[in-house]
Amino acid sequence: MSAIVAAAPAVETPWQRFRRQFAESRLALLGLALLVVVIAIALFAPWIAPQNPYDLAKLDLLDARLPPGAQAADGMTYWLGTDGQGRDMLSAILYGLRVSLYVGVASGVIALTLGAVIGVLAAYLGGRFEQIIMRIVDIQLGFPAILVALILLAVLGKGVDKIIIALVTVQWAYYARTARSAAVVERSKEYIEAARALGLSAWRIVLRHLLPNALPPLIVVGTVQVAHAIALEATLSFLGLGLPPTEPSLGLLIANGYEVLMSGKYWISVYPGVALLVTILAINLVGDQLRDVLNPRLSR
Amino acid sequence: MRSPSPLLTVAGLRTEFATREGVLPAVADLSFNLARGEVLGLVGESGSGKSVTGFSILGLIDPPGRIAAGSIVFDGMELVGAAPEALRRLRGKRIAMIFQDPMMTLNPVLSIETQMVETVLAHEDTTHEAARQRAVEALGRVGIAAAAERLAQYPHQFSGGMRQRVAIAIALLHKPDLIIADEPTTALDVTVQGQILYEMQKLVRESGTALIWITHDLAVVAGLAERIAVMYAGRIVETGDASEILDAPCHPYTRGLLDSVPAATHPGERLRQIRGTTPSVLRLGPGCAFRERCDRAVGECAVMPPLVEHDGRAVRCVRPLELVQ
Repeated sequence: MSAIVAAAPAVETPWQRFRRQFAESRLALLGLALLVVVIAIALFAPWIAPQNPYDLAKLDLLDARLPPGAQAADGMTYWLGTDGQGRDMLSAILYGLRVSLYVGVASGVIALTLGAVIGVLAAYLGGRFEQIIMRIVDIQLGFPAILVALILLAVLGKGVDKIIIALVTVQWAYYARTARSAAVVERSKEYIEAARALGLSAWRIVLRHLLPNALPPLIVVGTVQVAHAIALEATLSFLGLGLPPTEPSLGLLIANGYEVLMSGKYWISVYPGVALLVTILAINLVGDQLRDVLNPRLSR
Repeated sequence: MRSPSPLLTVAGLRTEFATREGVLPAVADLSFNLARGEVLGLVGESGSGKSVTGFSILGLIDPPGRIAAGSIVFDGMELVGAAPEALRRLRGKRIAMIFQDPMMTLNPVLSIETQMVETVLAHEDTTHEAARQRAVEALGRVGIAAAAERLAQYPHQFSGGMRQRVAIAIALLHKPDLIIADEPTTALDVTVQGQILYEMQKLVRESGTALIWITHDLAVVAGLAERIAVMYAGRIVETGDASEILDAPCHPYTRGLLDSVPAATHPGERLRQIRGTTPSVLRLGPGCAFRERCDRAVGECAVMPPLVEHDGRAVRCVRPLELVQ
């Protein structure tokens, strides 16, 4: 009796195996470290940033477009220079990162929840419901994301909530498609049949049995799509349709400097661009490794 | 001895599946009774409609399949055409099912505790702690040591035999009136198979649960079932007392099945087999489905013979082996 009990805990738990396999790639660990730093910066921006870029009273137009390392009148150093309004670029980037990450993660989480439930439900119910849902997904994915987002924002106007709505509208279909295909595979497995034979309700089977088993591919798609969302938000803001200038995201900061990019004042566009690049790279590195670890077909 | 009204009455059941090539009658003209506490062995090859029969009783036939005709009366309640919610209340509570592959029937991402507790809570309004206690007792009953500790573990930490014990424990949680076991020992080692069979027999006897044991293995059914129904191409071809059928089969197909067991031949002797392969139910003509493979087939076999009953034994054959007097 004790032999049976003692033997069992020696097995590596799925979580332990997951951690070990993830750590096999140094690049992924680097990506994870970068991502942790980026998230920490975004969370603690108000305490780290030398200046509050939203406080217009703190800005001095005489300090506009100063090069990196220049001194302000009050003795503060602009490590990454200032933009056209005399805003400290370092502070603006830290705050911009906050906005970009928030928009990306929020739209990602909402789109994942919505898409996953719709996709899994389509797989479970099948029949006409599934047909209709999946054709809507096909149509949605047939349009270029940027076009749909542009039209929506043109109608809705500017604002953090508006851009999240636009990003969710553009991205839910990816999650729905992934969730459905994963759930269709799971649905035909016997444990779902067994759960039905036990008299569990349809909602319980969908939420407790199908969804968790369909989750690994969704997590992978989720990381990639959050990176896409951040890039798309930056693009939209760059085009002047995303966030209001009072809450500058990285995209808006890049847009602010691009007119003077060729006249030697590179820092206004380049540094936010680097921040954006590092963020997206970090997420993609983590996402790639997640895909390798969570996909049983790629396991060595 | 037994209560006069049977626990389960299946009459004229026909379950069809719509396929691209046409309507496939997986089960046709299927009738049988099951008394309380009785063990029925449902025997047949792959594709003979055994499992579909089990799923039909549970109301788990999904489109493109449907129950086209017949009735299934369980303890006075008609199940064909019953409301989905009424069927759901019955499933797992009064009729439980045990599946073939224990590696597949437990959800890999949920602990045994979660899966057992949710089964209790699906049918009873009780506390989580009470449900957990029930799960521990049920695991103990199927011979799992240190049940309380093992409850926290996940399916992958159990061996195949242990998982099947867990599946049986889950089926027994609500002390059902009927358990449908769909080849539950096929995927297990022979030694484990023996243990599980022995325990199932004991549990069913103790609790007075009726059992439908679906299998293709006559050896398994020989020691377990009181009555046997042999299915071929969706129809019952022979039914009756287990020992009588095994000793003196009347239908040529049952004879063939028994002869196919390698133990029936001597070493060095050529193994016997039924000639030909199981026909596709789609391409069946009107007559007896077995006539293409039957040595005794005659002209009259081109018309589907009825299931003729005599002395509690029934055969669907125009030329049965032992003349039923």
